[in-house]
Amino acid sequence: MRKIIFAFAFIAMAMLSANAQALQPGAKAPSFSLKGVDGKTVSLSDYNDSKGVILIFTCNTCPYVVAYEDRMIALHNKFAPKGYPVVTINPNDPELSKGDSYEAMQQRAKEKSFPFPYLFDEKQEIFPKYGATRTPEVFLLKKVNDEFIVVYTGTIDDNYKDESEVKEKFAANAVKATMKGETPNPATTKAIGCTIKVKK
Amino acid sequence: MLYKKIISSLIFSVFTFFIIASAENAPNENSGIKVMTFEDLKPLLDKKTDTTYVVNFWATWCAPCIAEIPYFEEVGEKYKDKKLKILMVSLDFPSHIKSRLIPFMKKENMKNEVVLLDDPNSNRWIPLVDKDWSGAIPATLIYNDCKRKFYPNEFTSNELHTVVEEFINDSVSAE
Repeated sequence: MRKIIFAFAFIAMAMLSANAQALQPGAKAPSFSLKGVDGKTVSLSDYNDSKGVILIFTCNTCPYVVAYEDRMIALHNKFAPKGYPVVTINPNDPELSKGDSYEAMQQRAKEKSFPFPYLFDEKQEIFPKYGATRTPEVFLLKKVNDEFIVVYTGTIDDNYKDESEVKEKFAANAVKATMKGETPNPATTKAIGCTIKVKK
Repeated sequence: MLYKKIISSLIFSVFTFFIIASAENAPNENSGIKVMTFEDLKPLLDKKTDTTYVVNFWATWCAPCIAEIPYFEEVGEKYKDKKLKILMVSLDFPSHIKSRLIPFMKKENMKNEVVLLDDPNSNRWIPLVDKDWSGAIPATLIYNDCKRKFYPNEFTSNELHTVVEEFINDSVSAE
């Protein structure tokens, strides 16, 4: 009996630590197929003709996300024509975070005229596969042969508060490095963000 | 005569500038919330003392953080005669001190010390708090001179009481 309990505890711990850790550069990007604010389903495989995807876990309610919305739009406008479009996913449970409902997402996308898909991880199945823990959190994916590979994870730049004070544009630099066939440096960054609200 | 006018208006404008500049800092002073950079906070994360330090990273916009605020208050009250210092490091935006942070502290009747960490380059300082921390909050650092542990998670009331008690007891038994 004790052994079984130990085994369960071990599995539980392994799951916890797996969840807490974002996919590292080099990992294969898990596929997804989620409903966007326009009602259409978007899958990672829809981007098979792109060179990569700037995947961002985001939401409506987080002040850090709000601070970065315009910069996400700018990232898309700059890099989508070069083969690296932005795709955003809201992983929050709307029961725990009222402002993150599908309807609220539609409204926010309209207000800000998002030029990129804004998808809803309604079953909360996709963000754990990426090991995302907060919003906003960026995963830069690069198309290698038939797969998408994570080449950068972390934050957009080094100043959430004031864009004019930004010294290092981590995400944009990572895309530029990837375009040149180089490995982003840094390939991971950390940032304060809003914890993803998980249904219990 | 013209010079005099120019000089006096210059003096006046410099004077006004300083008044305005000091008024901009005033809300923070009035509210008693210390606004810190990471360099200011850093010494508080590594004090060589037999006092147990509990440093909680939170924000008013973070629901799981808010949920555990009362537990930190309970623990602060319970061990107020022990060598325990609880520091609540808010990651709210400085522009929200008056509109959100202070009203929240009043509503929750927070007795623990609150400081505001205003250091936007979080990629630099997050690993200095703990190398494995992703930056998700709530997160809590607890340490004293014999033990140090980082908790990148939320606590239940029971968990927090148990953990803090262990730290205090370890420190006492080491004396």
